[in-house]
Amino acid sequence: MSALRIYVPGDAAAVACGADDVALAFAAAARKRNVAIEMIRNGSRGMLWLEPMAEVATRRGRIAYGPVTPTDVDGVLEAMIADGGPHPLCIGVPDEHPFMQKQTRLTFARCGVVDPRSLDDYRAHGGYAGLARALEKTGEIVDVVTRSGLRGRGGAGFPTGIKWKTVAEAKADRKYIVCNADEGDSGTFADRMIMEGDPFVLIEGMTIAGIAVGATKGYIYVRSEYPHAIAVLNDALHMARRGGVLGGSVMGSSFAFDIEVRVGAGAYVCGEETALLDSLEGKRGVVRAKPPLPAHKGLFGRPTVINNVLSLAAVPLIMDKGAEFYRDFGIGRSRGTMPIQLAGNIKHGGLFEVAFGITLGELVDDIGGGTLSGRPVKAVQVGGPLGAYFPRALFDTPFDYEAFAARGGLIGHGGIVVFDDGVDMARQARFAMAFCAVESCGKCTPCRIGSTRGVETVDRIIAGIERAKNLDVLTDLCNTMKFGSLCALGGFTPYPVMSALTHFPEDFGAPTRLEAAE
Amino acid sequence: MTMRIGARQPWDAQLATELIGAHLGGEGILLPILHDLQSTFGYIPEPTVPMIADALNLSRAEVHGVVTFYHDFRHEPAGRHVLKLCRAEACQSCGGDELAARAESLLGIKLGDTTANGSVTVEAVYCLGLCATAPSAMFDGRLVGRLDPAKLDGLLAEAER
Repeated sequence: MSALRIYVPGDAAAVACGADDVALAFAAAARKRNVAIEMIRNGSRGMLWLEPMAEVATRRGRIAYGPVTPTDVDGVLEAMIADGGPHPLCIGVPDEHPFMQKQTRLTFARCGVVDPRSLDDYRAHGGYAGLARALEKTGEIVDVVTRSGLRGRGGAGFPTGIKWKTVAEAKADRKYIVCNADEGDSGTFADRMIMEGDPFVLIEGMTIAGIAVGATKGYIYVRSEYPHAIAVLNDALHMARRGGVLGGSVMGSSFAFDIEVRVGAGAYVCGEETALLDSLEGKRGVVRAKPPLPAHKGLFGRPTVINNVLSLAAVPLIMDKGAEFYRDFGIGRSRGTMPIQLAGNIKHGGLFEVAFGITLGELVDDIGGGTLSGRPVKAVQVGGPLGAYFPRALFDTPFDYEAFAARGGLIGHGGIVVFDDGVDMARQARFAMAFCAVESCGKCTPCRIGSTRGVETVDRIIAGIERAKNLDVLTDLCNTMKFGSLCALGGFTPYPVMSALTHFPEDFGAPTRLEAAE
Repeated sequence: MTMRIGARQPWDAQLATELIGAHLGGEGILLPILHDLQSTFGYIPEPTVPMIADALNLSRAEVHGVVTFYHDFRHEPAGRHVLKLCRAEACQSCGGDELAARAESLLGIKLGDTTANGSVTVEAVYCLGLCATAPSAMFDGRLVGRLDPAKLDGLLAEAER
């Protein structure tokens, strides 16, 4: 009889909930029963409220159980041995779970399914088909990516194909592909999940980018807060080199491309692309003025493609299935799918990849199941620390770059943080300013000084000192930061501040709308 | 992860020279050098600043500027254990602020400080990417999700052992 194949995620979120202990418990329980098992530390499927979620391969496909604690393991193993038999924690076939059925998994198709440390498993699940196609028609890669409508998933939403075209057309002795994996926004973890659960898709995407624009070296800049992702990436890069898909001759072609992982050092601003480039060069992570664009003068002054993890990870599928396949998902100018991250005080938190156009309300209430605390949802922050707070009244906003912008917000990197009615929005506005003050790189005045003055002004408003005057000061200050800052840190900090003030004035000491009407 | 605090080496100029030398020839190597020094010594010892400046043909001010820019780099050794508590929005929505206040009050120190007996350094971290299983913490490199007062007290007790 072949060994029982058991999956216990090695994803950091699963590990934080005890997956390592669960894996050890399975090994011990199997030894005790004298059952041969093969343990695979897969990524997470993204149903994070069910982590640690263990799975067993059966004749009916994979059967999942979760959330599993070490004390559950004996019983769960017994059910697993009975070909995925019943158990109170059994959730059946994971792909048939309602949370998964409502998704369109393109970028995350393999995440949680494959063994992230197996190149063979990646290939068996369609990996490297995109690169093979790209090598057949290297001159068309940029055009395919452009036609797919893919826009930068890091937050700015800039068309990826146009960026690549600029670098492809630039003349230089060296060019670089840089992956921005400095996923610092609270409420976001999609980059981390891909790096930990399906690292080869990122490596493949970067390799295709390198071939498209004529770059031979790539860097993945990962934040130091992600030690698991760094370890998986380094293992995967080693395997990719050994497997001939990275290095002097990519898949036997005349193209050379290699990738190195570089680790950040706890500076949020390094998620801004030009600060990231300075950091990669070994400098303080200070934002550069644009122009010149990184596509013209990027890393070490050379033409550089700098893209977010999710942008690059979308490319292999686009090359494999074609631009039209990807473009047919989504609405308006937001094409394809967005891996949305449901986070914070939410019942069913996790990774939800879906075509653009789903409403905020569907995401928070229907998919996410409301708050974990069971209390009413008061506000959701979309797009990280620089994203706006949305009240329930705006829950009909469709998830789309332009629709969010029209309502004074942004989708950013796709993180949604839910707050219940216990949240004090004046305190959140103060935090936004305080965070900006701590993380400002210091280069431009509106951000460096405006954020500190912002904290002081919010404090005065909360304390009721010359409230009307200070509200004017805060509004004016936000205006200056928004239009006068060099980058999104100072430029977007006004989003959470002004949205909190606009939608929740009662938290800033104003009479509630109801009282005011009386 | 291999971030055990016990693995720290005492200051050794020869070792520092070797760690720096191992990177020479690469591009943009200052951060990798600083990471190596910190993982070896537990902090960035002051004497390494002129050593790095020499090796990379930079001014001491430039090296000092980089060391002080990044939150990760320590200027003195941390306590025997390091507890990082996430203070970002997703963790705030699940009671992260209250847990940080609890840690501060139980230890009698502020975030960023080390207890008088050197047992533990508690510091803020802004997002560990565990935002759907908040609040989150990292104890000596070990991730802890769904942190609650009982788990926090357990970690603090572990730090004292």
